[in-house]
Amino acid sequence: MTPLLQTTGLTAFYGDFQALFGIDLVVQPGEVIGLIGANGAGKTTFLRTVTGLLPAAPGAITFNGQPIGGARAESLVKLGIAMVPEGRKLFPSLSVEENLALGATVKRAGPWTLQKIFELFPILQERRKSPATKLSGGQQQMVAIGRALMSNPALLLCDEISLGLAPIVIADVYRALPSIRAAGASVVVVEQDIAMVMRVADRLYCLREGRVALEGAAAAMNRHDIGNAYFGAVA
Amino acid sequence: MISWLDIIVQGLLVGGFYALFATGLSLIFGVMRLVNLAHGDFIILAAFLALAIVQQTGLHPLLCLLVIIPVMGGLGYVLQRFILNRTLGRDILPPLLVTFGLSIIIQNGLLLAFSADSEELPMGSLTVASVQLLPGLNVGIYPLAVLVTAAAVIFGLQMFLYKTPLGAALRATSDDSTTIRLMGIDNRHIFGLATALSFAVAGLAGVLMGGYTNFSPAAGPANLLFGFEAIIIGGLGNLWGTLVGGMILGVAQAVGAEINPGYQVLAGHVAFFAILLTAPRGLFPRMAD
Repeated sequence: MTPLLQTTGLTAFYGDFQALFGIDLVVQPGEVIGLIGANGAGKTTFLRTVTGLLPAAPGAITFNGQPIGGARAESLVKLGIAMVPEGRKLFPSLSVEENLALGATVKRAGPWTLQKIFELFPILQERRKSPATKLSGGQQQMVAIGRALMSNPALLLCDEISLGLAPIVIADVYRALPSIRAAGASVVVVEQDIAMVMRVADRLYCLREGRVALEGAAAAMNRHDIGNAYFGAVA
Repeated sequence: MISWLDIIVQGLLVGGFYALFATGLSLIFGVMRLVNLAHGDFIILAAFLALAIVQQTGLHPLLCLLVIIPVMGGLGYVLQRFILNRTLGRDILPPLLVTFGLSIIIQNGLLLAFSADSEELPMGSLTVASVQLLPGLNVGIYPLAVLVTAAAVIFGLQMFLYKTPLGAALRATSDDSTTIRLMGIDNRHIFGLATALSFAVAGLAGVLMGGYTNFSPAAGPANLLFGFEAIIIGGLGNLWGTLVGGMILGVAQAVGAEINPGYQVLAGHVAFFAILLTAPRGLFPRMAD
């Protein structure tokens, strides 16, 4: 089976600073991948490189078997890659509904429509005329997820969607994941909340200092391995 | 009494020109935080383009707008895509330097092509026609039409920005020009469109101004300054505020000129300075930054 996303020896730089040192990662169709690691391990850099916001070598990333490294972010949306960025990055000048509508600028075939997003997150329908950044943190995160889904992506990248949210709100946000998966999208979840990510992901990758320190089926991992991979401690 | 009323009304009408100068400037600053120091020179360029067309074809200057507006819009798009986009980044200096350079190039290019003489666009009987508002108070049809045009342009832009999907994309790009790319929208194209709109309005402003006052290749920077002052008086990011700002500037200048003709421009600057002191964010601020 052709992987949906595959990175091979992926490197990334911020000027002279190298942030990723040869990441090999595979996402199969329908999979939920958890990407964990300490701050500065390269998780967000990885997502930004895959979405085209940071440059990559042409052959280092393939999507449905097609090389996409170095392609511009806006063209990758058409191929089916969408991201829920860290910090939500909603457009403050726009209402909830306008933010969601902008997510559908690229309309791929698929189940997600404005109505479906409102069914997934009913509170957004009530607040649809409000300026997006006037909502609570959890509701804003729902807008960010909804906005990314509006393009009907084949691959949804979620960057720290639980950051700064109360535990009960995190549960609300994660409750959407099964529906997203059922609608056919693969998901990569970057998360600090390891307990949460172990519950939702099929497989985990743990990054440390720009390299893959550990990978495997989430169910087969134990706290000890993850702790070692996370902090680099020798058992 | 009526003479002071007359002065104020004439000043208000001149505000229409300043608002048109300012609208284009405000648009591209709003969308990409780019200060176009050559904006006034592009307004003058449009006036000279119209002059060349009138001299070659004998068309009425207002008919030239059918050519000038799209040509200026196209010029703005090309300039943004191929030059100005390369200057955008964290550093605010490159766009200032590049647009300053453009300003010098345009002024000298116009000097070569048209000489330093003052020119005027022949609007014919339009510029002398007037209507009586009150006994003893007449206003020119032409500046009144310009003020109405300025209001219509601002209304149209507001409708475009707040009621259309492309307008929403422009506002979103203004908020965050990186995240907009994750929506599948090429920010370079949106920047180009914003500058195209800005230049289209500058084209309109140039032709209308050319029919009202003399212009010469060196007149651009003064227009830029008046445009800036109108924006800042009105409050950054508020187009209706810009119209009011232009009117305040116009009235201050008219009152100054009445006291002493030499005080016309100075009075405008003094009013601007006074408002900046009392309300540093302008009278009707909207943007947070």
